[in-house]
Amino acid sequence: MQNKSNMSVFLKGILKENPVLVLILGTCPTLATTTTVTGAFGMGIAALVVLICSNVFISLLRKIIPDNVRIPCYIVIIAGFVTIVQMIVKAFFPVIDSLLGVYLPLITVNCIILGRAEMFASKNNVVKSALDGMGMGIGFTLALCGMAFIREVFGNATFAGIEIPFLVPYKIDFLVKSPGGLLVFGMLIALVYVLTHGKAPIKREFSCAGCPSAGSCHTGSCQLKGDEQ
Amino acid sequence: MMDIKNLIVILLSSVLVNNYVLTRFLGICPFLGVSKKIDQAMGMGISVTIVMLLATAVTWPIQNFILDAFGLGYMQTIVFILVIASLVQMLELVLKRLIPSLYKGLGVYLPLITTNCAVLGVTINNIEDGFTFIESMVSTLGCGLGFLLAMLLFSGIRSRIDERNIAKPFQGIAITLIAASFLSLAFMGFGGIVENIFA
Repeated sequence: MQNKSNMSVFLKGILKENPVLVLILGTCPTLATTTTVTGAFGMGIAALVVLICSNVFISLLRKIIPDNVRIPCYIVIIAGFVTIVQMIVKAFFPVIDSLLGVYLPLITVNCIILGRAEMFASKNNVVKSALDGMGMGIGFTLALCGMAFIREVFGNATFAGIEIPFLVPYKIDFLVKSPGGLLVFGMLIALVYVLTHGKAPIKREFSCAGCPSAGSCHTGSCQLKGDEQ
Repeated sequence: MMDIKNLIVILLSSVLVNNYVLTRFLGICPFLGVSKKIDQAMGMGISVTIVMLLATAVTWPIQNFILDAFGLGYMQTIVFILVIASLVQMLELVLKRLIPSLYKGLGVYLPLITTNCAVLGVTINNIEDGFTFIESMVSTLGCGLGFLLAMLLFSGIRSRIDERNIAKPFQGIAITLIAASFLSLAFMGFGGIVENIFA
């Protein structure tokens, strides 16, 4: 029974609650780093490592961190792990470092990581938090790689830097430029809706529950949402 | 004279050509989330601009006089995010005490800004581009104005989308992203305009 629930914690991040395509979190890196499969994979793995580490660490400290300063504490913990990852990437994977550029330090403010810290790790034990981080991170990586595959193969006629000769005459430059990213992302979200026959718990609008910044709202309930209703 | 030209080029290129939201994909979350109504878009845009300017004014000296001077460059991410988080908190307190009317307008948006990647992004980019203090401030102002411009334009577009009948799979976020794609396409037309403006 215990194993089963642990398994579902891990699996929900990959499909049912995929952070990119279902929860619509972490849109900035999704759009910016998916011009190449290599960059997307690097981004996904870097975020995965930070996500697991910060989830475990925050879960360990969840009873010590005072409630009213928890967001700054989480941010510092996350920034610490991002710095470690940044140094490792700079030292061993210079190619990925040059592809990601400023988006590597920006993992600190990636909504997925803070969102999981706030919504999951601060309420659950270490094992579950680690599994949740792993599931969400893999879901994020898969979604990024899928999107990068479409954009790189059809937009640039290459795959991870290797040219695909028969596609070269037909490449659609538009896809690797910034508008193409937004377009592919929108189409993919609609496609997920069609494939799941509208049954996926797709967030059709930005709401407080999934709002990446909800964690830092001191008010607890989002005032912006109150305005709209 | 050369300096002023240089500053104008930096300003225009960060508002139009390298628009943070539409071409660099920073600050997408508030761009999609808070652009439903024009007054909210305005409030968010102004708050982000103010926080960006303050954050650059603080982080630039920190980077150049403390981190670089003592070889602590690797602490950049942690220090910058701490500075931004505490700045936002302080701005909230100050506004609440001193200018309650402004706080009523902008206060709602402030807590949302800490995790806005555009703010951290602009401070890091300014350092990486090797700008002087004045250049950094001008480019930050441009980024903030660019953000505001994109938010305002997009809130107009969204109010038109809301009145239309949209195929079910595209309702909500999907059509919003596709509309943003077209807006981004329009901004691509500005590419090359700045380089040639003084030629």
